[in-house]
Amino acid sequence: MFAFLPLVLVAVLSFTSWNGVDAPRFNGLANWTKLLHDPVMTQSVWLTLVLTVAGVVVQTPVSILLGVWAAGRQRNRAVLSAIFFIPLLLSATAISVVWRAILDPNFGVPSQLEWLFGDGNLMGSQSSAVGVLTFVGLWQWTPMHALLYQGGARAIPQVLYQAASIDGAGKVRQFFHITLPQLRNTMITSVILMLVGGLTTFDTVLILTQGGPGTDTTNSAFYMYQQAFKSFDFGAGSAIALVLVVVATLISLAVVRLSGYDKMRSTTEGL
Amino acid sequence: MRRRPNHLAGLGSLVWLALVGFPLYVLLISTFRTRSNYSSQGPLTFPSQLTLQNYLDDFSNGFGQDFLNTLLVTVSVVAIVLLVVPPLAYAIVRARGRTIGTVFRMFLLGLAIPAQAVIVPMFYVISKAGLYDNLLGVILPTAAFCLPVCTLVLTGAMRDITGELYEAMAMDGATPWRVFWQLVLPLSKGGLSSVVVFAALQAWNGFLFPLILTQSESTKVITLGLYNFQTEHGVDVPGLLSAVVLSMLPIFIVYLFARRALVQGLMGVGGK
Repeated sequence: MFAFLPLVLVAVLSFTSWNGVDAPRFNGLANWTKLLHDPVMTQSVWLTLVLTVAGVVVQTPVSILLGVWAAGRQRNRAVLSAIFFIPLLLSATAISVVWRAILDPNFGVPSQLEWLFGDGNLMGSQSSAVGVLTFVGLWQWTPMHALLYQGGARAIPQVLYQAASIDGAGKVRQFFHITLPQLRNTMITSVILMLVGGLTTFDTVLILTQGGPGTDTTNSAFYMYQQAFKSFDFGAGSAIALVLVVVATLISLAVVRLSGYDKMRSTTEGL
Repeated sequence: MRRRPNHLAGLGSLVWLALVGFPLYVLLISTFRTRSNYSSQGPLTFPSQLTLQNYLDDFSNGFGQDFLNTLLVTVSVVAIVLLVVPPLAYAIVRARGRTIGTVFRMFLLGLAIPAQAVIVPMFYVISKAGLYDNLLGVILPTAAFCLPVCTLVLTGAMRDITGELYEAMAMDGATPWRVFWQLVLPLSKGGLSSVVVFAALQAWNGFLFPLILTQSESTKVITLGLYNFQTEHGVDVPGLLSAVVLSMLPIFIVYLFARRALVQGLMGVGGK
């Protein structure tokens, strides 16, 4: 109930002007028309989509490879995967703080590895700042998705691989013809989680770039926070939040529908 | 048949090892530097002398208080989850009624709602309830946002208990209450530990709710402490990083001793 009541409230609040102290006052569509003509809003929606798509594209192959590898039986696997999954334990705040320190242009790693990073001010231009956000997202989320894929890969019946190697299929072919198709369900779960997570990336933006330089890395979730809790325009903040919920829900539903996932609930999903 | 090693993925995993290991090395080694050493030698070289001063400084900067607040939030959230989720999951698995089905579906919908999206009304509700800047105002939403996933995981675990066991207990004349305590809870131990791990991790690492819903020093949690530290003493990187290390220490100790349970817990949470 803590989730639904606020959802109704956020819709109501998006039609009001409220500074957080006085009572909210209805102002019709004013917030919405304002946002529609707000260049930062347009930019933030665009950036949110870029970050989300980049996250899915970068994280998915890495997670699949790691997960499939971790599902195998090779030596050292236990020790290595114990180290791999450490980012899972860290809070988003800790992760962002650590990366910010590491990437600091004056005292951080870039200042010592100039051949690799150039002038080292990675948070200073839009493209490299977006790159940093994507990379930190990869660092933060890959272990969890790799775990999903590990579970999925473990659940694939060994018979399939035996049959394939009798037919003379090599490892690469086995991977593309057995492993990947069998991981389909896991992939859908994982992609939905990445999409919703990517749309709502907030902590990392707040700590790593503060939306800057300028508004170059202001994504919608961060813009919502700024509007509501920094500019005390809770009505506009609510409108942005509502856009986020609607988009996240629509995308999740679309993925589920397009993949036919809802019709195959009964297949034993990997755990 | 043994699966042959997967070289491509193995190579990838080594790259990943470097990607995870390198920042962790920089993190750890920086915490033992003096501040002047950090700014003169940079984060990569091995420091000429090691110091524990950064850790001591963290505690005089109020880390102890933050730690206790976080601990209080975490324990309370886990307690609420343990109080609410098992009976709810049991009801969902066993009851045939319509209402319970609807409740369950609403819970599933709750999964899709990100906290950021409802943070403004949350702020409204919490301030109206007079819980702003009160740890209870952090505990309640954090617990509420844990409930859908936890219920889902536990429902999955409880579904695996076979019908015959229930029938056997019913034959013995056990009350639903006794069935719950003596059959359902012991048999869903794995699911329960997943749920505890997930809730505890969420509460321990939570940032958004404390950021929005608290303000004063006395209600500050660790994550917020790290954030404030960075904005206020941006130059004291070793101090900041040692606070990061302190913040992850409890989880890390649990991880060392109960890695399997922890990973399985996280897996169960994501996997269904």
